[in-house]
Amino acid sequence: MKTDNRSTSRLRHDPLVRGLGWASALLGVPQVAAPAGFARVLGVDDTFRHRSATTAVGVRELAAATGLLGRPHPAWLWGRVGGDLMDLTMLTRALKNHDGRGLGRTVAATAAVTAITATDVYAAVTRTRRSAPMELTAATTVAQSPDEVYALWRDLERLPDFMAHLDEVRVTGPRTSHWRAGAPFGKAVEWDAETTQDVPGRLIAWQSVDGAEIDNSGEVRFAPAPGGRGTEIRVTLRYDLPGGALGKAAARYFGEEPHQQLDDDLRRFKQIAETGEVVRSEGAPGGKRARGEFPQHPARPLTEDELKEALA
Amino acid sequence: MKANCWTGRNSVEVQDVPEPSILNSRDAIVKITSTAICGSDLHLLDGYVPTMQKGDIMGHEFMGEVVEVGPGITDGKLRVGDRVVVPFPIACGACASCRAELYSCCENTNPNAGISEKFFGHPTAGIYGYSHLTGGFAGGQAEYARVVLADANALRIESDLGDEQVLFLSDILPTGYMGADMCDIQEGDVVAVWGAGPVGQFAMDSARVLGAEKVIAIDKETYRLDMAAAQGYTTINFEDTDVRSALLELTGGRGPDKCVDAVGMEATHGASHVHLYDRAKQAVRSETDRPHALRQAILSCRSGGVVSVIGVYGGLIDKFPAGAWMNRSLTLRTGQCHVQKYMKPLLGLIEQGKIDPTRVITHRLPLTEAPTGYDVFKNKKDRCEKVVLTP
Repeated sequence: MKTDNRSTSRLRHDPLVRGLGWASALLGVPQVAAPAGFARVLGVDDTFRHRSATTAVGVRELAAATGLLGRPHPAWLWGRVGGDLMDLTMLTRALKNHDGRGLGRTVAATAAVTAITATDVYAAVTRTRRSAPMELTAATTVAQSPDEVYALWRDLERLPDFMAHLDEVRVTGPRTSHWRAGAPFGKAVEWDAETTQDVPGRLIAWQSVDGAEIDNSGEVRFAPAPGGRGTEIRVTLRYDLPGGALGKAAARYFGEEPHQQLDDDLRRFKQIAETGEVVRSEGAPGGKRARGEFPQHPARPLTEDELKEALA
Repeated sequence: MKANCWTGRNSVEVQDVPEPSILNSRDAIVKITSTAICGSDLHLLDGYVPTMQKGDIMGHEFMGEVVEVGPGITDGKLRVGDRVVVPFPIACGACASCRAELYSCCENTNPNAGISEKFFGHPTAGIYGYSHLTGGFAGGQAEYARVVLADANALRIESDLGDEQVLFLSDILPTGYMGADMCDIQEGDVVAVWGAGPVGQFAMDSARVLGAEKVIAIDKETYRLDMAAAQGYTTINFEDTDVRSALLELTGGRGPDKCVDAVGMEATHGASHVHLYDRAKQAVRSETDRPHALRQAILSCRSGGVVSVIGVYGGLIDKFPAGAWMNRSLTLRTGQCHVQKYMKPLLGLIEQGKIDPTRVITHRLPLTEAPTGYDVFKNKKDRCEKVVLTP
């Protein structure tokens, strides 16, 4: 299993991101090297408090510069936005308690930081939104022939039996289908998909059609396992999660770690192929919802109400 | 119904719980006639196995009468009224592991495989009443139990053998037998067995059935050693004898050809400082298992011999004697028992009178007194060897 997040290499050649990185470096160096001089330029007194605040801000700028130029990630851009808000707070306080000397310089600095904040917010929002295409892969071996396993998967309307996030798949035409899935925060997402490749016993590939809320595609390949052990199944899913990196983090927070989910999906596919259905225990009576059920129901029979809910 | 439930570390309680119902189409419901407390239940009781939850029903050794059969069980493979013994690991019979008779490694029966995989690298089979790591299945220390994939697992008893004759086919008899089977016993072999609990006793009986020349029992409970001696086995009490010297003496300086660890993760050691060292590390969870028996078996075994491990380990051990194991060409074999592989042949041995499983039973209690049963068994009170409960 792996996630292939291509955002790092793309951001590395993004002029805006690199520009902000260099800006951080150019600000950070004098702040750390000569905090007293820098404070004067801002028009604030050369007190110990102002000097140390300037040094701290400088260290933060250098960290952001290292991140943006070294291993660029949208998190660094959001870090800059946070830093800007801190700076604005400090400058506002400086303006409020100002003794008048160098007031013009402080006002100019505040205006500059406001402009920088706007740039940072713009960069963070735009770079985040298209920064989280995710590719997941998982593999399993099922003790059946490639043709049998292919036929089971080809029955698309059965996918929700083992794929935890899918609520429904409806076949709408020879190559088209309509998919409905649960998403974080209980929101449902629907899209139409098209089967792009279909080679019996070998491969099925699909892609969401234009206008889908979440662009996604996937493929499943079947190959004979060595030693007559049945069929090796390899699944690849690619999708743009809503909310980009933020959405991904939120999904993880709510226990829907996508790697693990796909792994479990394949395990359940194997259960259906080899035993006929998804195995339920008293602790995990919901079958495919098992992972979301921790801490689980105790390992004891369910009451009638619990039973109704679990089998619903 | 009444069921014996785990209620926290070192505490079990008989509670009223709902009766089981069919959850999967190949389930069967069994009215339990006999059930037992296993040494490995004590690891759960003590809290050494993670993922136990309050209210979990304990027990994985049980038998009874089928009272309901799911719609997926066809061709009369199992019928209401059948008398069955239920193997503790749940196997599907269809995956690669099951086809290779590695039933306790079944790839399909653990709904919590994702968690099990994090502990063990790859998931293992579901087990009744044995924590959520092995699936969260309700156990058999109860009046009724749901048997999963019942047509592939339950062993029908057609003869008129009593419950006590066949109950242990569910776990401890096949487990002991597998311990001896993995030793690949050859003519003239001396087999040493660490642990003279019920599984150790059955490993000794099995070693003899499989042709061992001499069987040696190692333990510190004199009543358990007496039980082994009564069967004609040589005994070593590790509290008053140095085990390695005694084994060299008994084997003409060679060491036992085959060694069986029927102790597992909560071993005690004759030398109290060694015991304290591992007990302390276990208490702070810097190792989870105390492997004294395993270390001693490896150091004692003759070069080129086999060390067969059937005592349960759950996590990590410390100071594994890898040098002895590697340099002296030892073979280490192990596994949770593949019960389904051994049930039928062992039923045959019982019918022929070659093995008498009832010899280990010392206590018979009603299910409602299960907590007392745990107490006498865990604390080795009243010369307790094996407790059988009847609902």
